[in-house]
Amino acid sequence: MHDIAEALNLATGLVAALDPNLGRIVVLSLAVSLTAVVAASVIGLPAGAALAVFRFRFRAGAVIAVNALLGLPPVVVGLAVYLLLSRPGPLGPLGLLFTPTAMILAQTVLVAPIVTALVHRAVEELWREYGDALLADGASRLRAIPLLLSIGRASLVTAFLSGFGRAISEVGAIIVVGGNIANVTRTMTTTIALETSKGEIALALALGIVLIGISLAVSATTFTVKRYVGYA
Amino acid sequence: MTSRRALAIRLAAFIILAALGSSTRLGVAAEPFIVVASTTSTEQSGLFQYLLPVFTRASGIKVRVVAVGTGQALKIGERGDCDVVFVHDEPSELKFIANGFGVDRREVMYNDFVLVGPESDPARVDGSHDIVAAFKKIAAAEAPFVSRGDDSGTDKAEKRLWAEAGIDVKASSGRWYRDTGSGMGPTLNTAAAMNAYTLSDRGTWLSFKNRQELKIVVEGDKRLFNQYGVMLVNPAKHPTVKRDLGLKFIDWLTSSEGQETIAAYKIDGNQLFFPNYRKPQS
Repeated sequence: MHDIAEALNLATGLVAALDPNLGRIVVLSLAVSLTAVVAASVIGLPAGAALAVFRFRFRAGAVIAVNALLGLPPVVVGLAVYLLLSRPGPLGPLGLLFTPTAMILAQTVLVAPIVTALVHRAVEELWREYGDALLADGASRLRAIPLLLSIGRASLVTAFLSGFGRAISEVGAIIVVGGNIANVTRTMTTTIALETSKGEIALALALGIVLIGISLAVSATTFTVKRYVGYA
Repeated sequence: MTSRRALAIRLAAFIILAALGSSTRLGVAAEPFIVVASTTSTEQSGLFQYLLPVFTRASGIKVRVVAVGTGQALKIGERGDCDVVFVHDEPSELKFIANGFGVDRREVMYNDFVLVGPESDPARVDGSHDIVAAFKKIAAAEAPFVSRGDDSGTDKAEKRLWAEAGIDVKASSGRWYRDTGSGMGPTLNTAAAMNAYTLSDRGTWLSFKNRQELKIVVEGDKRLFNQYGVMLVNPAKHPTVKRDLGLKFIDWLTSSEGQETIAAYKIDGNQLFFPNYRKPQS
């Protein structure tokens, strides 16, 4: 109980003092995770819609694979991206290991299946409803995709938020590919892991409280955006 | 409706651009830097936080530390993913050099390991200065013991001590011997929660905050000596290694300024690391 009270105190103190270290960590966390979710959406929106609209040979297999990837353990993604970016690896010459770019890449891999699966689910329903009408009107399946995505934009916001939630909260992948380097690749979650290691339980918990606050802010912002685009 | 949508789109675009912009700014570092693979003990004891800014002020070189166990740090060096390795396990360091992965190894500083355990001291080892005898007593009493189990320098030292005591801990794994496979801090957290014994480096112990019932029970045995060595990843093997910058860091650590800075780092008046670089006689 004492620890929790201390954590609440510390969290308030950190935020009230606009702690510059905390600020840098928060900005990095948001930058990495938001970029990753945007990149994952660039992949996931067309991929998810295509899975719903097109009929091709391995479609069922692809849908099963995407849904299975939802359960990818972050640390496995981290290891795969580590081997990809490590000097002897295929992308080794780029020297990206232990940089924020490496963390963005890992989180993109982690989040892309989530966005793809959720978009697939949403567009599939819309396709069932409007597909025949669209085809009868002479639209090609390819042309139908942007139309369906536009109709289903409210669920795209949900996909974006789910992806962001996964990215901002994970530690397993970014600690492997980022290395938790102070001032370079140290994010909210890796700081929490480090402070726990140091036995600074109250400070770790305080950072966790700040993280929840940030998630709330992002969720509230998205909710507002959703009200404008979805139901206006 | 259109103006609202336009506003929303503009807002979304702004957020995305801001995120992209800030991430590229953070990714590109203008100043020269090196990547050092080191151990959790040097990072979590706060030594690097104290030491590195002094080096950066003197040299203009930033040091990016990846803090992992000694075993993993050497692996990162083997793959050429860092420039300098700064660890504490002499046998594996010498093997690393012998296999051609590293060059120019220098001994920088030492501290010692301590056996920490609960106040209640179920194995009755408190105050002893014989670590091997203490290990035998813990095994005989089957008192809970938490091991790093992560192939770190501390883990390797602990395994050597068990071997010296003639005890096969693998046979007791999962009973009184608990292998956590984690860093020093998490292992201490676990030991504190279970009222167990564990072997820790003194630096991490001194800076550790969540001690609960734990205290030092055995210290001062010369077998608990803990030497730290620094070496450059072999540039002949990995051309991407920043040889000159890396050597500047190694030279500074072993210079009188570097050695004095190490000695000056204290927590509550306790010195954590003792510089002991000796120039090779030639």
